[in-house]
Amino acid sequence: MDILAELEVRRQTARLGGGQRRIDAQHSKGKLTARERIELLLDEGSFEEFDMFVAHRCTDFGMEAERPAGDGVVTGWGTVNGRMVYVYSQDFTVFGGSLSETHANKICKIMDMAMQNGAPVIGMNDSGGARIQEGVASLAGYAEVFQRNILASGVVPQISVIMGPCAGGAVYSPAMTDFIFMVKDSSYMFVTGPDVVKTVTNEIVTAEQLGGASTHTKKSSVADGAFENDVEALAEIRRLVDFLPLSNRDKAPVRPFFDDPARLESSLDTLIPANPNQPYDMKELIVKVADEGDFFEIQRDFAANVITGFVRIEGQTTGVVANQPMVLAGCLDIDASRKAARFVRFCDAFEIPILTLVDVPGFLPGVAQELGGIIKHGAKLLFAYGEATVPKVTVITRKAYGGAYDVMASKHLRGDFNYAWPTAEIAVMGAKGATEIIHRGKSPEDIARLTKEYENRFANPFVAAEKGFIDEVIMPHSTRRRVARAFASLRGKKLANPWKKHDNIPL
Amino acid sequence: MFKKILIANRGEIACRVMKTARKMGIKTVAVYSDADRDALHVKMADEAVYIGASPAAQSYIVIDKIMQAVHQTGAEAVHPGYGFLSENRNFAAALEAAGVVFIGPPSPAIEAMGDKITSKKIAQQANVSTVPGHMGLIADADEAAAISAQIGYPVMIKASAGGGGKGMRIAWNDAEAREGFQSSKNEAAASFGDDRIFIEKFVTQPRHIEIQVLADKHGNIVYLHERECSIQRRNQKVIEEAPSPFLDEATRRAMGEQACALARAVGYTSAGTVEFIVDGARNFYFLEMNTRLQVEHPVTELITGVDLVEQMIRVAYGAPLPFAQSDLKINGWAMESRLYAEDPYRNFLPSIGRLTRYRPPVEGATASGGIVRNDTGVFEGGEISMFYDPMIAKLCTWAPTRTQAITEMRIALDTFEVEGIGHNLPFVGAVMDHPRFQSGNITTAFIAEEYPDGFQGAHLPDDILRQIAASAAAMHRVAEIRRTKISGTLNNHTRRVGDDWVVSLQGQSFAVTVQADPEGSTIHFDKDTALRVTSDWTPGQPLARLSVNGSPVVIKTSKIPMGFRMRLRGADLKVHVQTPRQKQLSGLMLEKLPPDTSKFLLCPMPGLIAKIMVSEGDEVQEGQALATVEAMKMENILKAERRGVVKKITTSAGSSLKVDEVIMEFE
Repeated sequence: MDILAELEVRRQTARLGGGQRRIDAQHSKGKLTARERIELLLDEGSFEEFDMFVAHRCTDFGMEAERPAGDGVVTGWGTVNGRMVYVYSQDFTVFGGSLSETHANKICKIMDMAMQNGAPVIGMNDSGGARIQEGVASLAGYAEVFQRNILASGVVPQISVIMGPCAGGAVYSPAMTDFIFMVKDSSYMFVTGPDVVKTVTNEIVTAEQLGGASTHTKKSSVADGAFENDVEALAEIRRLVDFLPLSNRDKAPVRPFFDDPARLESSLDTLIPANPNQPYDMKELIVKVADEGDFFEIQRDFAANVITGFVRIEGQTTGVVANQPMVLAGCLDIDASRKAARFVRFCDAFEIPILTLVDVPGFLPGVAQELGGIIKHGAKLLFAYGEATVPKVTVITRKAYGGAYDVMASKHLRGDFNYAWPTAEIAVMGAKGATEIIHRGKSPEDIARLTKEYENRFANPFVAAEKGFIDEVIMPHSTRRRVARAFASLRGKKLANPWKKHDNIPL
Repeated sequence: MFKKILIANRGEIACRVMKTARKMGIKTVAVYSDADRDALHVKMADEAVYIGASPAAQSYIVIDKIMQAVHQTGAEAVHPGYGFLSENRNFAAALEAAGVVFIGPPSPAIEAMGDKITSKKIAQQANVSTVPGHMGLIADADEAAAISAQIGYPVMIKASAGGGGKGMRIAWNDAEAREGFQSSKNEAAASFGDDRIFIEKFVTQPRHIEIQVLADKHGNIVYLHERECSIQRRNQKVIEEAPSPFLDEATRRAMGEQACALARAVGYTSAGTVEFIVDGARNFYFLEMNTRLQVEHPVTELITGVDLVEQMIRVAYGAPLPFAQSDLKINGWAMESRLYAEDPYRNFLPSIGRLTRYRPPVEGATASGGIVRNDTGVFEGGEISMFYDPMIAKLCTWAPTRTQAITEMRIALDTFEVEGIGHNLPFVGAVMDHPRFQSGNITTAFIAEEYPDGFQGAHLPDDILRQIAASAAAMHRVAEIRRTKISGTLNNHTRRVGDDWVVSLQGQSFAVTVQADPEGSTIHFDKDTALRVTSDWTPGQPLARLSVNGSPVVIKTSKIPMGFRMRLRGADLKVHVQTPRQKQLSGLMLEKLPPDTSKFLLCPMPGLIAKIMVSEGDEVQEGQALATVEAMKMENILKAERRGVVKKITTSAGSSLKVDEVIMEFE
């Protein structure tokens, strides 16, 4: 009877984390506690906790006097819409969520379980950093987590939600996960904070400017998205989980859908403007092809000249990569190449089919691009597409020029279905540029005439179709139906790359 | 009958005329400009002739180009629609000279009614009631008072050269008339250098009511009753109805007979409209006569059963009217809402762009016994250009009574899906729900009085919020259950979707319990109140048609985190459906105030900054051009809303900006 009473008391204490006063302080900042976050992330009542009573083992600096149960992180598993996920949630009310050896051990335990059992890991980060009192033991703890992030990469999806501070070495665990999401105004991530920055480089900067959600979603591209507050963030992570496979042993999930795969969209026949230099919004095509218009965009605010994200087609998750003519005319640049490459590799790692929508006038020219290494960054996307063995369906809507044509999931990179709209122009470059090179030195009148001739001969999908580089020219209004049927036919696709220890993508 | 006619117009009216022509077995010819190459009226016509560049001045109103198209196609007659060349006597005359029939009145009638002063004189001679006034010179304040008394108070004292309210006074008695005369005179002299003053009757509680007339070439003239067009925004009609909720039978007959008298006086044939202003005591005064088919003609067609375009064509061909005045009865009530490509949330700024979605309600008889009609000139995937009138469709409903016609209109508006551009559907929806509009107690000042600060979306009453909350809860539950049907769930440990939800919308929260059964769900609010919701809605459908306690509710729906964006009845709501625990924890979230944007110039549309006309540190005046944004090939000039000093310019020419991105900051 005493044991049962003690169990109850211990549970009560553990659930209070750092105590009511600190919980109130956490709430007053508009932040939820570690347990509240888990509650909202998981299906009601599905959370099974591990290591509730784990306490730290540090005996320096009087730490032995205070050994709160759980040691600043809540770990366990539960379900999201009935599918298993492993979670850890750092508890800022306990030593500021700082990471001790035992705190790290708890995270490692669930990561090991996740890999063994094939389920995603979702980490909710809210931590002041290393537990300084523990010294190198804390650093060792970080490294143990890092090592598992690395081994789990490509085995189970890993998602980080930054819901408070995440600084110093701590940033490198989320950095190696598949997706990082942040909460606006209450989270920040940096390797060295504003104080150190000021001391070292004399730059004066706020934590928000240095590592807030806006910085990381718009400028650094460290984060894949940001949400208004904790509640919204957790609801949207649930939405993301619905798109993701549980592990690399699993297929992309399928769920019932209420949208006719053969739905025709006659408005797409007028999507491409008469003027080839006029932009249009590629997102309209994405949402009109997707089931129910549902699109979960990744890195919306960064390198908007390429769009990446998840849709469903016939209920199955599909990754979309699309050039966006509204931004930089849809050119590929360093940022866009990196963004799309990482997304393609995620999809390939987890058997998510890829739909590529192409309207690309080429790689962005410029000194900044060349000096920034567009050669190697552009190659990342080329490499990613070329190595991907998942079903790949490509639709060229308008321009597919030059090397960028090759890169964007072309037939030559093992594209399974390469479709083109009648408005497609698959060519080495725009008509004017090509004519000026081929007919160098001719008069402007001749150039104009020859440009017209070039346009008539090459500014269409037929040259490529004659060579079999385009499987078929399809009508825009039937894009959803054609794409859905293409993916349906690829459900049994088996393709493997040659054995290797791993490849050497141009990082 | 004619074999082929040309329609010298575009947009919905060209399509409207073609519909009737097709019904009559007449071939149709469309004309089009560059911007209209893919327009609906071109697709509908049997033949189409290109007539020039996009601006109307280079295409639709160039008489020679239309004449050329007529000759080229051998059209026997031309219907001008409204606007453009419809009231251009030179055009009518040119057609007459070429032996082509103008489907409209004879050119002298157009000319006579085209001038305000002449038309008023003719009206007076024909014993049509005109606004009493004194046009002659007024010597002094005493004479002004005498004339005012003779006209009858209240009177309006106006500067001859006036405009924009300057030099204008309203006087309710002799003393005010004296004083008003003097101050108007002084102001007029100062403002216009012309101190001539005239006085006319000031019409209180003015309504715009107009009479439709139809005359053939055999001397038959009838009136097809009235239309009330008092719901106007800055003289632009927004909602029209027929009949007027204000007229009694005697006034209607008097107005109709005077309208016919005027038509007779000018030798009118074809369809025409005599506009009156009517005061609170049902005194009516002639304003002007429109010698063409009026935009709002469908409401008349709906209550009389007469196809006005058909009659215009028949009359033009020389046929007599097939009915007499006594045959023309008023049957039921008709409403018309004009759909404008103008964003009500941005002070009705014209909006251009691609119609990514355009799904009008189904036309014809409705389940509730009404009729829906939509005259449209656009289609999904089409482009709304800046070159022409922003009116893109006219949605009409008919029902036996005014109240029912309003209900039909409300449902039709809620069903009408328009995306990609800003448009006034929410505003019209709000007016339909406005108690004053519903009471029929309207004047031409209705919009100015009821929406003095513009339109921010309708504020819905509690009972409607509950209907929406019940709908959202039922829909959310369906969507959540679907989520649990995903592959890869842990057998025997699947998620059970709860029954208790908290729905938050328009600053209010409703705790509800959803009791679902195979036919639908009963949504319990408190102990006693419950709403029954049935619907065939499935997740992802943009239009949710529901029945709440037996009455139809239609909601435009899209997904947002933890709920839906729901648009209906003039409101645009974020509706959150949360578990009680989610709701409780949401209460801990900090309220984030939207950033104060008054000190910023924001990019009003996605586009490219073409030019920035000011530099940092410049002082700018209200209305001064600050920058131009190129969007959809068009340059839009952004002007200063108030005086200020440019603190910082955060972008440069050549950058492409998203909507609401900062262009510059003011001190």
